[in-house]
Amino acid sequence: MNKQRDLILAFESSCDETSVSVIEDGNKILSNIVATQINSHKRFGGVVPEVASRHHIEQITLCLEDALNQAGVGYEDLSAVAVTYGPGLVGALLVGISAAKVVAFTHNLPLIPVNHMAGHIYAARFVKPLVFPALALLVSGGHTELVYLAAPNSYEIIGETRDDAAGEAYDKIGRVLGINYPAGKEIDRLAHLGKDVFSFPRAMINENNFDFSFSGLKSAFINTVHHADQVGEKLDHKDLAASFQQSVVDVLAEKTVNALKKYPVKQLILAGGVAANSGLRERIERELKKFDNVSLLMAPLKLCGDNAAMIGAAGHVAWKAGVRADMSLNADPSLEFSWIK
Amino acid sequence: MKVLAIDTSNQPLSVALLEDEQLLATMTTNISKNHSVTLMPLIEELFKQTKMQPQGIDRIVVAQGPGSYTGLRIGVTTAKTLACTLKKELVGVSSLEVLAGALAHTEGLLVPLFNARRNNVFAGGYRDEKGKLVQVFADQHIGLDKLCELLKVYPKVIFVGNDCTTFKKQLLEKMEPERIFFASQNFAYPQAYILGLIGEGKVAVEVNSFVPHYLRLTQAEAQWLKNHRETDHEPYVEKI
Ligand SMILES: [Zn+2]
Repeated sequence: MNKQRDLILAFESSCDETSVSVIEDGNKILSNIVATQINSHKRFGGVVPEVASRHHIEQITLCLEDALNQAGVGYEDLSAVAVTYGPGLVGALLVGISAAKVVAFTHNLPLIPVNHMAGHIYAARFVKPLVFPALALLVSGGHTELVYLAAPNSYEIIGETRDDAAGEAYDKIGRVLGINYPAGKEIDRLAHLGKDVFSFPRAMINENNFDFSFSGLKSAFINTVHHADQVGEKLDHKDLAASFQQSVVDVLAEKTVNALKKYPVKQLILAGGVAANSGLRERIERELKKFDNVSLLMAPLKLCGDNAAMIGAAGHVAWKAGVRADMSLNADPSLEFSWIK
Repeated sequence: MKVLAIDTSNQPLSVALLEDEQLLATMTTNISKNHSVTLMPLIEELFKQTKMQPQGIDRIVVAQGPGSYTGLRIGVTTAKTLACTLKKELVGVSSLEVLAGALAHTEGLLVPLFNARRNNVFAGGYRDEKGKLVQVFADQHIGLDKLCELLKVYPKVIFVGNDCTTFKKQLLEKMEPERIFFASQNFAYPQAYILGLIGEGKVAVEVNSFVPHYLRLTQAEAQWLKNHRETDHEPYVEKI
């Protein structure tokens, strides 16, 4: 007889990617189908929630069939169904939740509700096992937060952004530079070709907490560009990008280092869409050399964006911890981890 | 044929299990609660009451729109995933036709309508033909004045649906009162049993490409189309 495998079918539809995945034993990707809507939202310079929801419903069963076919498994092989139930766009979340509930109900499988941010953290699980206690720096288009993980399936916020998320700031200054949404990758590329000559503010860097703020940086950036426009001066986009990125990276790195000092952990996990940023990766790698007993675990580049594989990995841990939802599961668009006590 | 029928297109939620035009069980609610919370527990209850297994049904029939965008998406996603995962037939029926369906065998033009806000409605025109409804004019999103204009040529018009009460006064002012009638309150809410009956007579559709009939572009898309051509783009959704 074959060794019993844990097979989790996972759904993710919180923003502009429809994704379904099959994960074996919480750490092996059998399939990870991702249908991205970027080309659609590019038309509007950002994600339009109603348009996103409409695309999800076009894609959902196609992704489901592809995920099972590619994994080479049938419904009878599955152990559980995991689904993102927040945070995210409510209409978008509801498509994944409705589909996941049907599969769980019709095939008598446990339904596991997963926090999208836990998913981002567990994207790193496909590189190496997590070691506890751990600290996660989560940076994405919608979120910027430091999360303490005392044990598996335990997530506590120790700091978060008070205004814009880092990824949001990238998209907003991208617009000023005439870079198409999503702008992160191009700004990262430009930043490597320029120098930090503008010395934009590093908000809250010296404050005695682990919170972030990026709206001041965004305003300083926009003011600088507008002022130059008014006096007919042409600023180097490479230097602008480098200065902006340096400010973001400085704040993220500094706060993370402070957090590591206050909360001794065995592992630092870098996750979220902005974790693909090479400037941030290089800087965190360098800072971590100062900590002997902390290993660095970075989510694989191709799993930094939204995908269902990461939901399957986090879902596996939640499933083992006994987390279950019933058929009344609803979307929670502003779902958050609780704050550390 | 065993049929599961689902209507979540507006505030009322109705589900039913049918077998060969006979009703096995049905439940209807009209509480302003998220359909996401209510729909699957009610479907679970239907199967429990009838001691049927989901695998035992042959066809899923769903109210495909128009209606509330979120409501439609919950119903349609649930229905198409049921059809996909159980490998059963899927049929979509107009949410407006479901309302009119309760009044088959009635003489005159049946005009079911939903409030679409800002004095707009979703409305369609149906007429009885030997106990079966046929569509006279397509379901559409339309201003109330325009609808009255459209209805000028019909000698007898019967408005159907709970939202009619919102527009009753205006309709009586804008049209000759002797030409118009309002269906009584016992036809005001969609019944999944009627939805199931209508759906039994229709041809099953392809599951994966099945989407709600919103009958309205999103504002962002309408704006975009003012300066662009619909064909002028890369595929909106790509597998990566
Ligand atoms: Zn995300």
